[in-house]
Amino acid sequence: MTETVGSTRRASAPKVPGRAPLRLGPVSTVLRLRPLLVLLGVLLVLVAVFAVNIGLGTYPISPARVVTVLFGGGDHYDQLVVFTLRMPRSLTGLLVGAALGLSGAIMQAIARNPLASPDILGISGGAGVAATATIVFGGGSGLGGLLAAAGLPVVALLGGVGTAVVLYLLAYRGGIDSFRLVLVGVGINALAANATVWFMTLGGVNDAGRATVWLTGSLNARGWEHVVPVAVALAVLVPVTLIGAHVLGALQFDDDTMRGIGVNTIASRSVLLLGAAVLASVATAAAGPIAFVALATPQIALRLARASRPPLVTSMVLGAALVVGADVISRTVFGDLELPVGIVTAVLGAPYLIYLIVHRYREVRT
Amino acid sequence: MTETTERAEAAMSDTGAERASTRLHARDLRLAYGERVVVDGLDIDVVDGTITGVIGPNGCGKSTLLRALGRLLQPKQGQVLLDGKRIHKMSTKEVARVLGLLPQSPAAPEGLSVADLVARGRHPHQAWYRQWSGGDENAVAEALEMTGILDLAERGVDELSGGQRQRAWLSMALAQGTDLLLLDEPTTYLDLSHQVDVLDLIGRLHDDSGRTVVMVLHDLNLAARYADRLVAMKDGAVVAEGLPHEVLTESLLAEVFDLKARVIDDPVTGTPMVVPVGGRRASSPDKGHTHPFG
Repeated sequence: MTETVGSTRRASAPKVPGRAPLRLGPVSTVLRLRPLLVLLGVLLVLVAVFAVNIGLGTYPISPARVVTVLFGGGDHYDQLVVFTLRMPRSLTGLLVGAALGLSGAIMQAIARNPLASPDILGISGGAGVAATATIVFGGGSGLGGLLAAAGLPVVALLGGVGTAVVLYLLAYRGGIDSFRLVLVGVGINALAANATVWFMTLGGVNDAGRATVWLTGSLNARGWEHVVPVAVALAVLVPVTLIGAHVLGALQFDDDTMRGIGVNTIASRSVLLLGAAVLASVATAAAGPIAFVALATPQIALRLARASRPPLVTSMVLGAALVVGADVISRTVFGDLELPVGIVTAVLGAPYLIYLIVHRYREVRT
Repeated sequence: MTETTERAEAAMSDTGAERASTRLHARDLRLAYGERVVVDGLDIDVVDGTITGVIGPNGCGKSTLLRALGRLLQPKQGQVLLDGKRIHKMSTKEVARVLGLLPQSPAAPEGLSVADLVARGRHPHQAWYRQWSGGDENAVAEALEMTGILDLAERGVDELSGGQRQRAWLSMALAQGTDLLLLDEPTTYLDLSHQVDVLDLIGRLHDDSGRTVVMVLHDLNLAARYADRLVAMKDGAVVAEGLPHEVLTESLLAEVFDLKARVIDDPVTGTPMVVPVGGRRASSPDKGHTHPFG
């Protein structure tokens, strides 16, 4: 026994090493310097890529000037270009990335598995099936097509959330086993991919073309109508998930331990999983299934912050920076040829997925 | 140890059979996994302020009983009562403020520090805006100190040895600050010296703060040493319960464990000690009265 350890501590040191308190009235939390600095750094990266992305176009604006305009400076023409013409695209990218990052962080924390993300578990795929079905069976190019296009985000949202419910029910056996969740999810994802291809073969060439563009994930020609749904979803779900983050910290153990410390595992998992599914579906509805962002972002954030579970806010900001950054690459690297942003994230993300599978997550068991 | 035995005896003597004060008890329990009934018609009173050891052969329902007492398993029939209330009707957080438990093989995520693990034990006392109060900090520091792992606080749980890890998990249950503790084989996977360490620690917790402990143990001799009361189970039923020397008898060992053994006084503590007869080298010439085997 080492009873004497306590007496050698300095008075200023926290009573529990590594857990310095930060308290203000009834509010208290642990002050962790490194994660805070990482968050700050990632925020700066986001601001930088956002400014660069807005500056891109036939009328280029330097990032510095973009920042000035964003803070109310610049002439009338700059303001028109930045706010009216270019803002929706970059803002859609930012919000979609944030939603995907947060969604992935929640799912990976719940499943205690880095492979658990909305794109691997078929939630984005489910949204894709619903969207493709709408495009193909929505009535071609007539009035029905217009209606279908207007309803596409809603349909995709329903598809994604519906898939999440099916996934949860199929994976549930008196508790959620992370391995079974991933297996069932991979199965659902394969099913969704096949259904999507099947629907496309049933449709006409034009419909199939439109569906393909949507399914790749693109930020091209995004307007405020794409920004608003994601913004609303984030405005509602970010506070909810941040309050739930406290429970998320307790949700990283085995079921018996979690219930032993008073976590209502079924209720908190269901709420958080539903929240994550809505975030991923809304993001998919706005920009198509942008691959790998939800998978990779939380793990990168986790490693940067050296945490034991994906940090939510940092994953969110990093997801935003990743999508906007990928958009910059997709618009610049190949000259005049503009790639859909989903192709860039897939090219960056695929090697990462292979790395993850090779270095399979280890779980500590006593 | 003898002091606590006396206390247990005092607790027993002023009771008769029924009146021992008990905050946690179960009546007419039927426990099953799916269709397979593991425990049927079981009654148990956990006597306050004692260490109860649950013993029995593999598959007798010890762990199942512990899970039901800790509201992890819903009974098919009967009730578990905590402070007079049906435990399965109480909110799980409310239970967690009174009753702590340590499952058989708990799992923690990679990279979690010992301090963060132990701090999770404060969960039932926290809210989303109150995650590290002065009370939390004191309880965690105290739990780390009590188990002697304060100097390991910043290490990863995955870097610890088996004995250290078990202390970390025990600290987490201690930080929860509950009067009742349910421990499912707290000494599994530990070598003998670490088993004794952990059990000494549990004994000390009980002596210092009067905590009520129920633990499932495999080792009968250690159970007899560290528990004030023993509950012996077979085929999902309680066969005997009482003080260690009342329960650990040669006839009970034959009945419950199908084990031919002699019971002698532990030379260190005076508690009953089981010496299996076994087959090999069993007839030693200097023990003329040894029961012949065969």
